[in-house]
Amino acid sequence: MGKGMEHRAGSVMVVGGGIAGVQAALDLTELGYYVYLVEKEAVVGGVMAQLDKTFPTNDCSL
Amino acid sequence: MLTNADFLSLEGKPGDFTAKVRLRPRYIDADSCTACGLCTQYCPRHHVDDYNEGLSLTRPIHIDYAQAVPATYYIDPESCLHLQHDTCQICVPVCQSHAINFDQKPEELDLKVGAVILSPGFGKISEETLEKYGYNRHPDIVTSIEFERMTTASGPFMGEVKCFSDGRHPKRLAFIQCVGSRDLGCNNGYCSSVCCMYSIKEALVAKEHDPEVDITIYYMDIRTQGKEFDKARERAEAIGIKFVRARVADVTPWENRLQLTYSTLDGKHYFEPYDMVVLSVGLESPRDARGIAEKTGIDLNRYDFCETSTFAPLTTSRDGVIVAGAFQGPKDIPESVTQASAAAGIAAGMLTKQRGQGIVHKSYPEEQPMDEEVRIGVFVCHCGINISSVVDVHNVEESTEDMEGVVYHTDSLYSCSQDAQEVLKDKIKEHNLNRVVIAACSPRTHEPLFQETLKDAGLNRSLIEMVNIRDQCSWVHANEPEAATDKSRDLVRMAVAKARGMKPLPEQTVPVTPRAMVVGGGIAGMTAALSIADQGFETLLLEKGKTLGGNLGLLNHTLAGDETAKELKKLVARVQKNKKISVATEAELTAISGFIGNYASVISTGSGKKKTEQTYDHGTVVLATGGHEHRPGGYLLDKNSKVMTQMELEKRLAGKAKNRAPSSVVMIQCAGSRGDDLNYCSKVCCNHAVKNALQIKEINPDSQVIVLYRDMRTYGYAEDAYREARLKGVVFIPYEIANKPEVYEKGKTLHVKFFDSIMQEDMDLTPDLVALSVGIVPEGTEELSKLLKAPLTNDRFFLEAHVKLRPVELPVDGVYVCGLAHGPKPLDETIAQAQAAAAKAAIPLVKGFVSVAPIVSIVDEEQCIGCSLCASLCPYGAIEMIKVDKKRKARTIAASCKACGICASHCPTFAITMGGFTNEQINSQISAFGDVGEKETAEVS
Repeated sequence: MGKGMEHRAGSVMVVGGGIAGVQAALDLTELGYYVYLVEKEAVVGGVMAQLDKTFPTNDCSL
Repeated sequence: MLTNADFLSLEGKPGDFTAKVRLRPRYIDADSCTACGLCTQYCPRHHVDDYNEGLSLTRPIHIDYAQAVPATYYIDPESCLHLQHDTCQICVPVCQSHAINFDQKPEELDLKVGAVILSPGFGKISEETLEKYGYNRHPDIVTSIEFERMTTASGPFMGEVKCFSDGRHPKRLAFIQCVGSRDLGCNNGYCSSVCCMYSIKEALVAKEHDPEVDITIYYMDIRTQGKEFDKARERAEAIGIKFVRARVADVTPWENRLQLTYSTLDGKHYFEPYDMVVLSVGLESPRDARGIAEKTGIDLNRYDFCETSTFAPLTTSRDGVIVAGAFQGPKDIPESVTQASAAAGIAAGMLTKQRGQGIVHKSYPEEQPMDEEVRIGVFVCHCGINISSVVDVHNVEESTEDMEGVVYHTDSLYSCSQDAQEVLKDKIKEHNLNRVVIAACSPRTHEPLFQETLKDAGLNRSLIEMVNIRDQCSWVHANEPEAATDKSRDLVRMAVAKARGMKPLPEQTVPVTPRAMVVGGGIAGMTAALSIADQGFETLLLEKGKTLGGNLGLLNHTLAGDETAKELKKLVARVQKNKKISVATEAELTAISGFIGNYASVISTGSGKKKTEQTYDHGTVVLATGGHEHRPGGYLLDKNSKVMTQMELEKRLAGKAKNRAPSSVVMIQCAGSRGDDLNYCSKVCCNHAVKNALQIKEINPDSQVIVLYRDMRTYGYAEDAYREARLKGVVFIPYEIANKPEVYEKGKTLHVKFFDSIMQEDMDLTPDLVALSVGIVPEGTEELSKLLKAPLTNDRFFLEAHVKLRPVELPVDGVYVCGLAHGPKPLDETIAQAQAAAAKAAIPLVKGFVSVAPIVSIVDEEQCIGCSLCASLCPYGAIEMIKVDKKRKARTIAASCKACGICASHCPTFAITMGGFTNEQINSQISAFGDVGEKETAEVS
């Protein structure tokens, strides 16, 4: 089992890559931080990616 | 981005945490996989598709959906024949980019991080709860998320709504609300706060699919309290979707249909047949909530969501660990996005000393001077078989052979792959190419990648033109390969014509004044100013009144029991102590000019003779101008001293008067709201009424309190307080807007007349006190809207840039909004929103510059006649009128321009050009379309 060590000053871990996690990660990088976005599934996006349209404007969710 | 990853543990302290993360193998090398999909086609095993809620099958080797990020396939080890039984491996030779690697092993990483944001989302309501409504007993009882996948055009049924039992289209459809919410039977006493909205949405979508379908939504209260949400409900009612206030007792199979048993408020029972029943499932705490709590050391609340408080809504019980999204409490997308930005801001504020240290800056070679000669390289992509199975790629490529300016052309299997980028770079150098045409997929997704490669090769990134022969040719003309090939040739010829006129465009940046201004000194404004200051930037906080505090100063306590005065005092002290914040009271913004990064505001302070004006330069501005109680007519408010608002009642209850909680009180909800004077729901009044009702019961347990309401909107955890109020004997009676309660005087006695929908009779009471829940109106938004050219909603709240994804930004760059100026909301939401607005406002300040896309518009002053048509049409306020030699001329404010082209297309003298889309380029593109080859042209002429 490989064991890696990541050391980067100025980094933040975000646990969960749904809409909240992705948005937090994007804002953090814009604010000058390195982000580890940890997602248990193979893709990010969470439940929002499963939705068809969004309320109340019925815009596409993806 | 670490996907397929498990968070294992967290050690250390804020600023210096070590997090352990395990990466599970994908068995596919992400750098090599081109997401062509060939492996899935060859994989022999079936696998239940979780992304489609189990409604369809996929293969163990798959990708969840076409737009997935990362765009890499993965193998589910649970069902892969090789990983389970050591056989198969068909996919390995099939993969042309050799991406499949069964030797991948789990890997553990130790990450050194300064802060942690928890956003694990929410879990699913248990099947046990669903089974109370017949789920699993009949295939046509589905959950709302299954229904969502069904209506999705790209979903397993391609958007067709049909019964699972026999494939017929349902003619009668029922939605059951509050499944797994507001239900102590499954220990979910809270309201999930999103189901009413998505049910209305799904019902509207179902109606779109089949206008004949009969839809009924069975509900307790319709909680569409969000901004503009009630309008969707009205739209739904207008197209015939029925809303029935009832409790559903049971759903039972009945022949090939379903029978729904429900009881209405008056105690009557009814039976209705339906073809399909949708269960509006609530949001459960995340499945691993307790595990996360244990690993991070945070506290959970009684429902296993993260424990936080009203005044620090995103702060967990462990320092340095912040929460955002549904784990903080059930919430919708805009709320989650807001909290995410807020959490990012809080984390950034904790780690200002480390800012920028982890970011890798990429460097590029110097741009090569351009040859006079046009040297175009054309690259045509197969996209695996995505394009080449329909379009004859070689034919398209060959067609460019004799085109003017084309010195090189080739094809590639995947022009987006890593090795193809290297080839592109090599070819640019080898053939001294100075313009590149790529015929492949969508520039929306891939243009940035190719621009990056051009920069690496020393070319300006504006020197690329993409042709989308996948979406526009092979996909839409899949059944007409010849026509698709012809069209591809046309599009490529046009792109080459356009490319001949391409010029390198300069990269522009505009410096930023690293200061912010916050307008409004209530809870929202103070919170925003503090968050910006925490990030290290100077902030000017403007307050119209004499003191800071706003509405918070008028409250006594919160529903959760916090003493507001104490919290307010703490907050004001923090603001006043903060050296980065200057406070200006009795101050007003009288003028503002400039654009993102460079605003100049004129501020007047003091009054009368002491009035002074000063200018303040700043990069961004946060609007937190707040609101106040609406005072409706028609309920004897201000006419009879026994009629008061909830705010006034709260003050009275907090006082010392003996009779402050009289023996009979009637509260009227939505007095002046939701179609009365105001068109919207003010979101906080139901909570306020429950809070005051509980306080009355606390002081005088024998008091009879009656609340007349339309929908009790005690969403989220406030549902607990609503339940407590009912248990303590507060009586809640719904009324209809058409039959509003009437407040009148007869002699000196105050009367309230209303129709009691429970007893089904008219009532006339003579209470000691009437409390009106009056709603909230915004303050000062109209003046600011004019100053900033920022649009308002019909209800005079600021309109955000995007309701879902940019909820605190205004369409004008560099301007952000929070608190009641955005829309009515309770304290905790106001605080999170203020933190989010502050985080967004800090971004340009952190960067120190604003980058401008090179495709912005440019005005030729010679040709401009100063008609100002462009300035009036620009939706972003990005064109200003200036005086040049005493003549009016238009000028683009590059930092604000979004390069939409409206100005250029309307300019009567063609004085405006768009970078990369000049009139000459577009003209030559159009003539190239008609230029079908010399032979044919000759025949035509």
